[in-house]
Amino acid sequence: MITIITNKILGKNSTSSKRADGRASDELRPFKIEAGVLERADGSAYLELGGNKVIVAVYGPRELHIRRLMQPDRAVLRCRYNMAPFSVDDRKRPGPDRRSVEISKITSEALMPAVFLEKFPRSTIDVFIEVLEAEGGTRCAGITAASVALADAGVPMRDLVVACAAGKSEGEVVLDLSEVEDKDGEADVPVAIMPRTGEVTLLQSDGNLTPEEFGKALNLAIEGCMKLSEAQKEAIIKRYGD
Amino acid sequence: MGVTIIPEIIRESLNNLVKNGERSDDRSFDDYRDIYLETGVISKAEGSARVKIGKTQIMVGAKPQIGEPFSDTPNVGVLMTNSELIPMASPDFEPGPPDERSVELARVTDRCMREAGVVDLEKLCIIEGKKVWMIFLDLHIIDYDGNLMDAAVLGSMAALMDAKIPEAKVEDDEVVIDPEKKVSLPIKEKALMCTFAKIGGELIVDPSLEEEQVMDARISIGMRADGSICAMQKGGMQPLNKDEILKAVERTGEITKKLMEHLPQNNQ
Repeated sequence: MITIITNKILGKNSTSSKRADGRASDELRPFKIEAGVLERADGSAYLELGGNKVIVAVYGPRELHIRRLMQPDRAVLRCRYNMAPFSVDDRKRPGPDRRSVEISKITSEALMPAVFLEKFPRSTIDVFIEVLEAEGGTRCAGITAASVALADAGVPMRDLVVACAAGKSEGEVVLDLSEVEDKDGEADVPVAIMPRTGEVTLLQSDGNLTPEEFGKALNLAIEGCMKLSEAQKEAIIKRYGD
Repeated sequence: MGVTIIPEIIRESLNNLVKNGERSDDRSFDDYRDIYLETGVISKAEGSARVKIGKTQIMVGAKPQIGEPFSDTPNVGVLMTNSELIPMASPDFEPGPPDERSVELARVTDRCMREAGVVDLEKLCIIEGKKVWMIFLDLHIIDYDGNLMDAAVLGSMAALMDAKIPEAKVEDDEVVIDPEKKVSLPIKEKALMCTFAKIGGELIVDPSLEEEQVMDARISIGMRADGSICAMQKGGMQPLNKDEILKAVERTGEITKKLMEHLPQNNQ
C-alpha cells in the first residue's frame, strides 16, 4: 500500500541555486501520487510532495441527510481538510480551527467546477483530506490528491483539478515553496487549475507582490500544475490501465 | 448556513443585463454603491467604525488587551480579526459557532491588514517576550446585502486608524497603564480590498446581494496605497481564466485609489 519516500534528493539539477534546498526557481519538490490506497472509501489517493504526506478519501455520491444543505438540482461537494496532531512540529490541537475551515471551503470550491454535480441532485460527495505530515503547501497537495481520489471513486468529471503554489522568497519569484520558504518568504500564491482549459479554480495570495511579480508567480504556478497533472494521470493509469 | 434558491428568470435577467453592459442598479462595472463611513461610533471601544456599502452594513470594533506575544515573535504585538455573521443580518445566517463564510471573511480581512503591514506591530511590544499589546478587531455584520469583504476591510482600516490606546510604561518590570494618556495606533500603511464578481462573462465591482447570488465566481484583491498586492482570494463555484485575473489586478489599482478617499485623513 503506502510506501513513504524521503526528501533528501533535492537540488541535483542546479548548482547555483539560492534556495535553501538547492532547487532551481522553477523546480518542484520530488513527488509521487498513488490512487486507490484505502479499502472502505469509494475512492482514495495518497500524495507526497517534498515532506508533505496527504491522504484523501472520497465517499459518494451518496444520500445527504442534512436537509438544509440539500440542493434540488445538483449534488453538494463537501470537503473536510484536517491536519493530524502529529503532522507539525508543535502538536496541533485536534479538531477544526479557522485555518482548516477556510481551506475546506476553498478546496471544495476549487474542485466543484470540474465535477458533474448536476448528475446527482439531492445527494452529497464527501471529500476527506487528512494531512499526515506538513511541510508547506498542504492545501495544494490536498486538492491535487483529492482529484485523483474523486476519479478513483468513479465520480464523473470534466477535468482533474491540480494545484500548486508559487511565491516570493528572498526577493525571487519561485515555484512550490517549502516550509522554510513559506515561513520566511515574502509571499505565497496557491493556484488550482483545470489543465485542459487552463481555467483557475483556486487563487489566493498572501504577502506583498507587485502586479508584475504576481503575474510571474501565477505563470510559474500554472507551469507547476501542468507537471503535477501528468503524475495524476499516471497514478490513475497505473491503477486502472489505459 | 441556509441555501437560498434563485429563480432561473432572475439569474438570466441579471446575466443579460451585464452582457449588455448594464447592471440592475444602473451602476457601471467599476462603480461602487454609495459608501458611508463613520468612525468613533462606540465610545467603549478604543477604535470603531460603521461602514455601509449600499445596504450592506458592518460595525467594526478594535479593542486592545495586554497579553503574551507568540513565542516565535517575542517582540511583535498581535492583531487578531474575528467576524460574526449574526442572524439579524440575513435570513440565511443562523446562530451558532462561526460557519465557513464568516471564518473566510475574518481570515481574508486579517491577511490583508497583516500582510500590508497596516499596523507597525513591533511598536506594540511592551516587554520583549512577555508583554505586548494585542489588538482585537471584531467584525459585526448587521445587514448583509452583498460584498462583505470590501466593507470589512474598509471598516477595519478605519477602526484601526480611529483607535486610541492607553499609554503603557514599564516600571520595575511591571506594566503600568496610564488611562488618561491615549495614543494612536502606529499606522504604517493603508490597504483596502476590491471585490469583483463574474457575471455574464464580465467582472463587475462591488456585487450586490442579488449579483452575488447569481455570480459564477468572485475575486477579491487587497491592495496597498503604493499599488502592491497584499492579499487575494478567489471564491465561487466556477473558474476564472488567467486574463480575467490579470485584468482584475489592473483595474484594482485605479479603483482602490478612489476607495482610499473614503478613509479619514491621516490622524497622526
